[in-house]
Amino acid sequence: MESITPSNLFRERSDSRAVGSGRGEWKYRAFSYLVLTVCALTMGVPFIWMLSTSFKPEKEILRRNFFPNQATVDNYSEVVTETDLPLWYKNSFIVAVFSTISVAFFDSLAGYVFAKYQFPGKRPIFIIFLTSLMVPTEMLIIPWFIMSSNPPIGGTWVDTYWGIAFPGVITASGIFLMRQFMQGVPDELLDAGRIDGVSEFGLYWRVAVPLSLPAIGALCIFNFLGNWNAFIWPLIATSKSEMFTLPVGIQLFSSEAQTPWNLIMTGASLSVVPLLIVVIIFQRYIIEGIALTGLKG
Amino acid sequence: MIDNPDKSNRANADKGFRWTLARRKVVWAYIFLAIPIIFFAYIRIYPALFAFQMSLHDYNPLAAEQPYVGLENYEKLLDELNKRKSPTKAAFQNTANYLLLGVPIQLCLALMISLMLNEIRFMSTFYRIMFFLPFVTSTIAIAWVFRMLYQPRFGLINVMLQLVSLPQQPFLNSPKQALPSVLSLVIWQGMGFAVIIFLAGLKQIPRTYYEAAEVDGASRWHTFRFITLPLLNPTIVFLLVLQTISFLRMFAPVLAMTEQGRGGPLDATTTVVLRVYREAFTSFNMGYASSLTVVLFVFILIITIIQLRVTARRIN
Repeated sequence: MESITPSNLFRERSDSRAVGSGRGEWKYRAFSYLVLTVCALTMGVPFIWMLSTSFKPEKEILRRNFFPNQATVDNYSEVVTETDLPLWYKNSFIVAVFSTISVAFFDSLAGYVFAKYQFPGKRPIFIIFLTSLMVPTEMLIIPWFIMSSNPPIGGTWVDTYWGIAFPGVITASGIFLMRQFMQGVPDELLDAGRIDGVSEFGLYWRVAVPLSLPAIGALCIFNFLGNWNAFIWPLIATSKSEMFTLPVGIQLFSSEAQTPWNLIMTGASLSVVPLLIVVIIFQRYIIEGIALTGLKG
Repeated sequence: MIDNPDKSNRANADKGFRWTLARRKVVWAYIFLAIPIIFFAYIRIYPALFAFQMSLHDYNPLAAEQPYVGLENYEKLLDELNKRKSPTKAAFQNTANYLLLGVPIQLCLALMISLMLNEIRFMSTFYRIMFFLPFVTSTIAIAWVFRMLYQPRFGLINVMLQLVSLPQQPFLNSPKQALPSVLSLVIWQGMGFAVIIFLAGLKQIPRTYYEAAEVDGASRWHTFRFITLPLLNPTIVFLLVLQTISFLRMFAPVLAMTEQGRGGPLDATTTVVLRVYREAFTSFNMGYASSLTVVLFVFILIITIIQLRVTARRIN
């Protein structure tokens, strides 16, 4: 399945593959655009509805207008001042950044070792790492919960950042991806470094990492998104509102009798924004990474 | 550390140098892998075995003892499945329904969209981003948006139905419509991923095949049927497996879209993982919940083995 590397996902198409130009081609084109536009609208409307509702005053929620008659930012100020949302934001951010840095370092290091070192036990260790991909998170959450309440280090991991983040600080899929990529690092370069007296860690840090930055970048983006949206484990690993991550907070928003739709939509809008920022910031980086992985694929 | 072999040593036998280097590399490989090995052993492998073990105990974290009960949890599971009606049975039935409806619908729609998207140039990046957007959005956030869209009276869908003079629908409040309503969200959200993977797969098909077909005057349908579809087979198998597993693990949308996250009305939307969650963390029947996760694991294992078999056969 080499075609399914994250960087491939964003690859731009280099040629248009028109089949049978001539014979009713424009009709097919027009039909394509029609279908695609309808589908794209279906994809977009819920987001627009979410944003539009977040600007509606409370009394307009039950009315049938799509856009607010009297747009207001009251929902935003209420959510920011009256709820723990700023804290959830902070928590999500800390957890996502921490796991992403850890994943970037350990996954690329392990991927580098599997790609460039020969050592006894390499195959079994790699297979065990990969096998862990087959075990669904859902099977592990109950043992993790027991382990978190009674960990080897520290009093309890429940309601701590480490407790939320620990399952994702190293990922098997990331190691696999990095191994694929690190195989492309030329052995001659590493051997030349060795002759010049560069330490083994120096070879990883100053040769392998710079050559794999695009892949590491793609890994970071996917990992950040995954952690930002992670739900089932943060739901279990936290009990205090101050420690919730954004998805957990939004889910437990409406525990009161009435569903505060305008506030939920505001929270939802706020949780989508950073994600767009991440995608926009790393856009160029992603495309560069793709160009490189593309050479292999 | 012999990081810096000094120059006089270089004159030494080449063989000796290589031996040292090889051994040094083994040592470093293990130093670099130490933390990942500990991590996988302690955070992935040990808990998986622990889950098996828990499923053989009457495991209640609040109780003083966790007595060994053998296969009792699995017997209880079979009993529940044999009852005419039970939450566990509903969970398995619904999960099967989500999967058997969701995977084909999602893949067919995604294939159609990616075929169209593959042939256009104008605005193609825009469409791509639109399809990918839901996939990178938090499921919980967007499930709440859909829950509001489905509301009676003020929900957007019922408002639109009224605009075109169609009868109002209960959606999430009706035992019949609730499952398709939740399923729509899941299909909607996962679509972009399937589209992107299909597009990557379509890109791998050599262009010359299409040119040859064009020269032979093959129709669009024939080109699709005899070139695109067979060559896209690996991508289809890959997506089939991935989406099946993700439907088996369905949880967050049901929790967010149903009243108090119970998977109602009348267990109409509940899933296996939702049962696991409720049994383990509201009833604290962690032994029984673990036996459910073991069954889930076995399903995923079977699917993965089938995938490996299919993929291996193609290589031969």
